[in-house]
Amino acid sequence: MADLIARSPCMGLLPLEQGGVSVTELDPGPMTLVAPYKGQAAALSKAMKVAHGVGFPAANTTETGKGVEAAWFGRDQALLIGAVPDAALADHAALSDQGDAWAVVRVAGEGAEDVLARLIPVDLRDSAFPPGRSIRTQIGHMAGAVTRLPDGAVRLMVFRSMAGTLVHDLDRAMTHCAARGTG
Amino acid sequence: MRIRCPICGDRDLREFTYKGDAVALNRPGPEAAAQAWDDYLHLRRNPAGATRELWYHGGGCGAWIVVTRDTVTHEILGAVLAEEAEA
Repeated sequence: MADLIARSPCMGLLPLEQGGVSVTELDPGPMTLVAPYKGQAAALSKAMKVAHGVGFPAANTTETGKGVEAAWFGRDQALLIGAVPDAALADHAALSDQGDAWAVVRVAGEGAEDVLARLIPVDLRDSAFPPGRSIRTQIGHMAGAVTRLPDGAVRLMVFRSMAGTLVHDLDRAMTHCAARGTG
Repeated sequence: MRIRCPICGDRDLREFTYKGDAVALNRPGPEAAAQAWDDYLHLRRNPAGATRELWYHGGGCGAWIVVTRDTVTHEILGAVLAEEAEA
């Protein structure tokens, strides 16, 4: 049998570093979209709390537990990251495996907000976007998710097929910021 | 132009897609007369002032919202979830 080699979405594209800003790939582990059935939101949140230690997140936020995270992922949707969902969740929500479907990168460093401001039409400065915030917005022309991590870095997610475009856009934005001396 | 999404907050226009007059929420019943369906499909007011429109927040949370906009000034007067809007 052939020996298959797993390829991460950004393999061969990352890491990048320029002007004090670094972009690295994150391996999120298992990821599952959790979409509560009508009227089941409260029961689902309770079941998530019991099974994984994190409740269903409020809009535009993320809840972090031990090795597991529940990030808001659109209207009545959350992404359970880092754990395979407990079977009890299926009583209250539609679950779909999203592992391997998203390119996940970490943007860090002084000036990261200046780079991201060139791509994302939302205020991502610390004051407006502290740790625990997690939003859906556009990254360049791509639909994506943006999260402030506990360590202050920013996590970006786009469809896996868009990994090359994401890295290209970030690379250009970093080059332009570095040229202006703002990065 | 910015629209205040009821879920996401103040967001840039580029995240939204325009659908048209919010009359689409007033779908006639299946037994309605042909004239009611004709009006629903084809008749639109063209006000100089406040108008209610459907927008889709596809670049964000994915909600359909009803936006009240002034066609003269392009001022956004309000936005509510289509689910909660009065038809």
